[in-house]
Amino acid sequence: MTILELKNVTLCLDGKRILNDLSIEFWQGHIHALIGPNGAGKSTTANVIMGLSGYTDFEGDVLYQGRSIKGLTIDQRARLGITLAWQEPARFEGLSVYSFIKAAARNSGDAKVREVLRQVGLDPEKYLSRSVDRTLSGGERKRIELASILAMQPKLVLLDEPDSGIDVEALERIFDALKLLKQQGTTVIMITHSLAVLRHAEHAFLLCCGRLVSKGAVDKIANYFQQRCIPCDHQELKLREAEGLNVG
Amino acid sequence: MSDNSLLQAMYQSVGINPHTLWAQPDVARIEIHANQVLGVHLVHGLEVDARQLDDGIEARILVTKGTRIAKPIQVCFGMIPDNGVQRIILEIVVEDDARAGVVAHCTFPNARNIRHEMDARLTIGRNAEYAYIERHVHGAEGGVVVIPRSKVRVLEGGRYHTDFELIRGRVGQIDIDIELVGEAHSTSEVAARVSGSGDDRINIREVAHLAGAYARGVLQTSVALRHRAEAMVHNTLRASAPYARGHVDCKEIVQDQAVAKAVPVVEVTHPKAHVTHEAAIGSVDSRQLETLMSRGLSEDEAVDLIIQGLLLKGRSGSQPAGVSYQADVLSVTSS
Repeated sequence: MTILELKNVTLCLDGKRILNDLSIEFWQGHIHALIGPNGAGKSTTANVIMGLSGYTDFEGDVLYQGRSIKGLTIDQRARLGITLAWQEPARFEGLSVYSFIKAAARNSGDAKVREVLRQVGLDPEKYLSRSVDRTLSGGERKRIELASILAMQPKLVLLDEPDSGIDVEALERIFDALKLLKQQGTTVIMITHSLAVLRHAEHAFLLCCGRLVSKGAVDKIANYFQQRCIPCDHQELKLREAEGLNVG
Repeated sequence: MSDNSLLQAMYQSVGINPHTLWAQPDVARIEIHANQVLGVHLVHGLEVDARQLDDGIEARILVTKGTRIAKPIQVCFGMIPDNGVQRIILEIVVEDDARAGVVAHCTFPNARNIRHEMDARLTIGRNAEYAYIERHVHGAEGGVVVIPRSKVRVLEGGRYHTDFELIRGRVGQIDIDIELVGEAHSTSEVAARVSGSGDDRINIREVAHLAGAYARGVLQTSVALRHRAEAMVHNTLRASAPYARGHVDCKEIVQDQAVAKAVPVVEVTHPKAHVTHEAAIGSVDSRQLETLMSRGLSEDEAVDLIIQGLLLKGRSGSQPAGVSYQADVLSVTSS
């Protein structure tokens, strides 16, 4: 069953077309990956879905559970169950890990805050009173971001480059969290250009130059990405576009 | 109102049950309403000599040599009526090798036309430690003028920490003025956290001179402003001795039509001294805002949480001996 659908989304930033008539459907409860080279429009797609500032003026539509969310603010979308974990999560001077996670788990008690920290491999006793600031490593910050998302119990999560800037142990914890989200029935959309991350998805969508180039089983897309995209540097798509070929 | 009722009202306005405090014989207390000393409870090594003035109190507080007071001294001062003047003249001496912490609850919950002045002179002895937290609670009207002035001398090896907080109720007008001299091997931390709204006016002047070798000093100011509030922050840190190290940090968040200004001055007059500074004034960071909104907080809720974090930053950092914060209530702990 489709939970989210992008319909012919075209977005221009600074006069440049970043998303180009993009149409994708995501299925409820599945783990999806958006893969593609740098500049393909992956993060932009996530930003459009979340409704971030600067990404709300576009052609086309975004349907969530069959209804347009185009006019909704970020918090309205979040209250529908959509959330986003940024590639580089924000840091908050003075805001404790407890307050940060609790903000996402307003209907749950303190036990939930502790539980989600444990689920991402962080000891609540050591972390609850720490600040979500520069004293946390990149991996710790990413795990706290995921803990906050687990606490929110969303219906749809956008994970932008979940593996960037973190060590192997933190990455394993992030994959564990992915499993938990899947068990909870959460739909996941991962933005990545890493084949290691791609392997944890059930479906993959390959983007290039703001267009959907291919979609389907992860192995198929991974092979295509490895053999065609990495050496291509967008040239093939540009050639095909120039020749007027269908690139969908 | 009876003295007891005044005390109850003062403590209640700052969220403290006085009976809990009064039941602890090892916690020293000084309680002042307007120009009356309503209560004093001393512990070994703490001496207080107070004199009533027409419009306030003059007091000398002494922590005798080598005394280490385990639990912070609780000071409660303020005024329950909506108008009046309270002037407090303080001399605080912490003698060599002594240690004490003070948590001062300063409350004007009904203020419409109140002026509160504090003139304090502090001497922190050799290898002594003194931590002072002043937490203000004002009413919703902003009808209060607060003028705290301090001159502090931290002798060789002494440690001094002060933290001024005014984040509950309207500021009204505040003029903080602190001058500090740190001698050799001393450590001084001066923090102020203020939240202004309406037409509040905030002036903060902090001047520290690291005059002795290996002296350390930090001036830290966090201000959040809304509506038409205005703030002016002058932080000056001078280092004139070898291996003196200092840092100035000023952060101000402005919203609506509020205006913030900061003038950090660092002055180094010895080639082996080192002082740094950091000043940031701006609106709430958009990435922080969007992160919290993506968790379901409204824009206003997200802004409140970000500002709360900024203003409580000092609490999560280094805390003075024997003093800790639990949730939003100051608590007394053994050191």
